Amino acid sequence: MRGLLNKIFLVDLFQGLWVTFRNQHPKYIYTERYPEERPKVAERYRGAPRLNINPDNGETLCISCNLCALACPETLIVVTSERNEVTKRKDLTTFTYDTSRCMFCGLCEDACPVDALELTQDFEMATYTREGQIWDRQMLEEGPKPTQYKC
Amino acid sequence: MPDSTFLDSTELVLNMGPQHPSTHGVLRVILKLDGEKVLGTECVIGYLHRGVEKIAENRTYAQFNPYVDRMDYVAAISNGLGYCLAVEKMLNVEAPPRAQAIRVILTELNRIASHLLWLGTHALDIGAITPVFYCLREREEALKIFEKYCGARLTTHAFRIGGLLYETYDGFEQDIRDFCAMFVPHVDEYEELLTNNRIWIGRLKDVGILNADECKEFGVTGPVLRAAGVKWDLRKAQPYSGYEKYDFEIPTRQNGDTYDRYIVRMQEMRQSVRIMQQAVEAIPEGPIMGKVGKVIKPPVGEAYVSIEAPKGELGYYVVSDGSTQPYRVRVRPPCFVNLQALDRMIRGGLVADVVAVIGTLDIVLGEIDR
Ligand code: SF4
Ligand code: SF4
Repeated sequence: MRGLLNKIFLVDLFQGLWVTFRNQHPKYIYTERYPEERPKVAERYRGAPRLNINPDNGETLCISCNLCALACPETLIVVTSERNEVTKRKDLTTFTYDTSRCMFCGLCEDACPVDALELTQDFEMATYTREGQIWDRQMLEEGPKPTQYKC
Repeated sequence: MPDSTFLDSTELVLNMGPQHPSTHGVLRVILKLDGEKVLGTECVIGYLHRGVEKIAENRTYAQFNPYVDRMDYVAAISNGLGYCLAVEKMLNVEAPPRAQAIRVILTELNRIASHLLWLGTHALDIGAITPVFYCLREREEALKIFEKYCGARLTTHAFRIGGLLYETYDGFEQDIRDFCAMFVPHVDEYEELLTNNRIWIGRLKDVGILNADECKEFGVTGPVLRAAGVKWDLRKAQPYSGYEKYDFEIPTRQNGDTYDRYIVRMQEMRQSVRIMQQAVEAIPEGPIMGKVGKVIKPPVGEAYVSIEAPKGELGYYVVSDGSTQPYRVRVRPPCFVNLQALDRMIRGGLVADVVAVIGTLDIVLGEIDR
């Protein structure tokens, strides 16, 4: 009997419609209007890489130890350095990071002993060319500069 | 399958996929049809083959860890757990209790995220558009927790061999509690939309039946097996990572049809919430990293560890030759094994049911092709 009444009055369908109706309320809107409204990514977000510089003297923190290049599964980091005769240390000359092959796993970041290499919260890394995806030292120190859109 | 025939025959060979939206990726199914009836199917896989097992052979143990996330990308954390446990077994170390508890929480959260994606897409395949929006809404909350915990949403690389790299962030426990409290009413909501819906029942009841014996024959695991009435869950059968401490049930059903598999997965989400609630109240203090050196060099030997991934039994077989790189890594993916049963489930059914059955198997092609 109950089943028959359910069938005649389409109870199950109205039940479902009631759920959708409840969710109509504007407070359930989840769409982010992206270029205008920028998402807030988490603090630990693993995004664009950055080669940190010492804020006091503007010199790079990197000690050219090559550990990040060895840790990377994709071997996409290339570090070159030359020996400084005065300080007897290695000076960083070039640092190349191929973001097109990077999977942002964070192993290079973990490997760095002086926290010079860091994956930051920047996430807008699109370029028009493949070559543009290969970041050099300057790019890594300055970070990407995405266009800011406003409406 | 015999050659297709032309005008004089009623048989028709139809290619479904590899770009069909409801094959959940790049699966190609060759269907042999007689009108609406399916006479046979053949799956063509390999479109997403990336050679992950081969890649493992020239990466170090730690370096291979991010790659396992890319097999079952919907449940990346479960994959990471399986691999880490296998290498830990070979090294003969165990993750500290705190790490284990956090691992359990994240894996269960990932199970929910995976089941939500399954529910949304499965309902979408059947023709119910609404659930997918709600499912993705809740999945978003889970992904936000992953992002806050380890910095990535999908391919997380959350665990490390020997324990964890990241300590929990401030408010992690509260986030998990909030998620659990928020999520249970939402499961009720999905059930309200679907469980009693006559179209849903009509499309799913008695479709794609796979009984317990057939399941065992094929080696099918996970919710598909449990829907056929076999109470088999590796979390209970061979507890790992401290699952024996938590009180939860293994939901089972009897008929082994598509509807039962739906019910089982819905119940599993509720059980996952239960596990998370218990685990989050009892996260022990202590270190999060076990005694593992910087260079991971397991002794010569091999190890097989299987865990209960959202889709079934996920096994990692790792062979070491004593160097820093694995000699061989073999993955036993649940989806690959489950997919074999497709032909048995669909033979004699209707074309429209093919979509339902592929959906109910919950396959991820990244894992099948590796
Ligand atoms: S994030 Fe991973 S893949 Fe990318 S450079 Fe670092 S180690 Fe290599
Ligand atoms: S690991 Fe750090 S310090 Fe060493 S080369 Fe890389 S960025 Fe420089």
